[in-house]
Amino acid sequence: MSDNITITIDGVEIPAKQGQTIMQAADDAGVYIPRLCAYNGLEPHGSCRVCTIKINGRFQAACTQPVAPGAIIENETDEINDIRKSIVEMFFVEGNHFCMFCEKSGNCELQALAYRLKIPAPRYPFLWPDRQVDASHPDVIIDKNRCVLCGRCVRASKDLDGKDVFGFVGRGPDKQLAIDATARLVDTDLDVRDKAIDACPVGSIMKKRVGFAIPIGQRKYDKKPIGSDIEDKNK
Amino acid sequence: MSEKLRRVIIEPVTRVEGHGKVSILLDKENKVKQARLHIVEFRGFERFIKGRPFWEVPVLVQRLCGICPVSHHLAAAKAMDRIVGGEKLTPTAEKMRRLMHYGQFFQSHSLHFFHLVSPDLLFGFDADPAIRNVIGVAKKFPDLAVQGVMMRKFGQEVIKATAGKKIHGTGAIPGGVNKNLSIEERDFLLKDIDQMVVWARSALKIAKDYTVEHLEKLAPFGSFESNHMSIIRKDGAMDLYDGGLRAIDEDGNKIFDHVDNQLYTDYLIEEVRNWSYMKFPFIRSIGPENGWYRVGPLARINCCDFIDTPEAEAARKEFMAVTNNKPNNISMAYHWSRMIETLHSIEKIKQLLNDKDLQGNDLVVKGQRREHAVGIIEAPRGTLIHQYEVDENDQVVMANLIVSTTHNNEPMNRAVQKVANDHLSGVEITEGLLNHVEVAIRAYDPCLSCATHAMGKMPLTVELFDNEGNLLDRKSK
Repeated sequence: MSDNITITIDGVEIPAKQGQTIMQAADDAGVYIPRLCAYNGLEPHGSCRVCTIKINGRFQAACTQPVAPGAIIENETDEINDIRKSIVEMFFVEGNHFCMFCEKSGNCELQALAYRLKIPAPRYPFLWPDRQVDASHPDVIIDKNRCVLCGRCVRASKDLDGKDVFGFVGRGPDKQLAIDATARLVDTDLDVRDKAIDACPVGSIMKKRVGFAIPIGQRKYDKKPIGSDIEDKNK
Repeated sequence: MSEKLRRVIIEPVTRVEGHGKVSILLDKENKVKQARLHIVEFRGFERFIKGRPFWEVPVLVQRLCGICPVSHHLAAAKAMDRIVGGEKLTPTAEKMRRLMHYGQFFQSHSLHFFHLVSPDLLFGFDADPAIRNVIGVAKKFPDLAVQGVMMRKFGQEVIKATAGKKIHGTGAIPGGVNKNLSIEERDFLLKDIDQMVVWARSALKIAKDYTVEHLEKLAPFGSFESNHMSIIRKDGAMDLYDGGLRAIDEDGNKIFDHVDNQLYTDYLIEEVRNWSYMKFPFIRSIGPENGWYRVGPLARINCCDFIDTPEAEAARKEFMAVTNNKPNNISMAYHWSRMIETLHSIEKIKQLLNDKDLQGNDLVVKGQRREHAVGIIEAPRGTLIHQYEVDENDQVVMANLIVSTTHNNEPMNRAVQKVANDHLSGVEITEGLLNHVEVAIRAYDPCLSCATHAMGKMPLTVELFDNEGNLLDRKSK
């Protein structure tokens, strides 16, 4: 059997290869499926559910769901977009995200998703959790107020850096990013060049003293919305 | 209890930035016994800055205000320059910041003069409140209203070109700036500059003519002798961006001069009073009783030896001639002095736009790291002081902000007391008379949000109490 198959996304047939995930096939075809925990170079995680799609009538995560011949996929529908918006809104209310003075603003995937999904304000009440800032490392700072528990740093540290700097502790609403079973970031072997730092989609793990060096207008999402790099493949 | 014993409350005070109220206590003869401006907002920025990384502060702390965020942005950036050892900015960085700052002055002063104050000047202090507002101005003097809007817009465009956004931008970073001025941005601003100069001249003329024409009435209105303070350039020129502190007394004698910004606490101290969220600063060497002072346009004109732009300097000389070159202590002269600064700002903007340094690429300098720093700047409303301590982890552990309006706390209270004594004592209190109190407050262009670093709604109320403290009457806007 040939590896080359065809799937349908929002009524448009696109080519795919056996073994690909739906997200990979969509990316190759220039179809953007919103995502947060998915990150190039890392194994898919399927935890944030922002990439929720409907395949043959069932909700699945596009980052983990493999393609199948003849699969009928819904991506840009009102129903699915509302689910995605709802998920992104939950990220906003369960942390302390103040875009107005966050140095990641304009380069933040969570903020960019909110703009792309046209979220004016969350539908849920803010939880205002009490979270810590760990500035003990000489070159890196972690602001847990902004962590969305996507796990990209956890996986990047392990799979790309060959370290084990980050992990999670607690369950459910008490789940938190933790650091290598020790108390402070400075006590880990984290290096400012580690890929785990770049993997953070929000302003939680940041290189120190970079701040607002990129002027407004030149930041990643100032000119084009998130996903444009993928969609531009179609042009 | 006699029916004539009462306390009048003005709440909210209108056409000012922020929320405040005035209380006036009248005795049995309806004479004013006490009049106070209460600031009822509380914000607590100094507390929640703690723990944040220092490079975030210039962007975070400007959220204190939507009118003069640039002032907070730059005062904090100046402090953080010292934290990173980068206080000697490159020419491009310093000129970009100055351009941003003059843009801020131009828009803030224009907003205050045209939108907040002009109704009082054009229609009279006790005109019908239904027309004594910006809409009334727009109807009767449409050209003037448009001029005010366009001047403010131009100032905002200057800010956008230098900070990235018209409000709450990110241009100044520790040790410099994050962008230069492109040729396109420069040319966009240059195309309107001459019109702005013309309008700034005409606004100055309105303020000057009004003051001179009504001098007999305005000279005593909410006026009193006081000390004055501002920063000053080394050669004595007015400098809105940088310089040492100078304070003078009511006769122009220097109390201190060219004070190193880092040592300001040796010269100034703040007092807390239990009826206002706004502190009362005073000059240490004189004490709280007589050590209070005024800041802002009037104080700056009084303090400086000269202005380094020709038209504003000529206007300053005319201004000083009114008081025979002695400090001008007339509260209502703030408007005239504010418009001199507006003209100075646009002259400076024009100079800077033609300066090729603004297209330079050397944007940031860094040096010896420090843990303690003070940044002082002249905001539109007066001297603005930001003081920070940053620990070895780069987190802010202490912040103290003394904003322009706070310096003017005692003067505004004196002005309120004076107007209440002169105009409200022994007469039936009308809306028009209450507006006289607000007119005096507006002369200082207070920003009550900034002053309390605050949360809450905007406005001013006047309440009338008897001498036992019972509320008898209350008028709100």
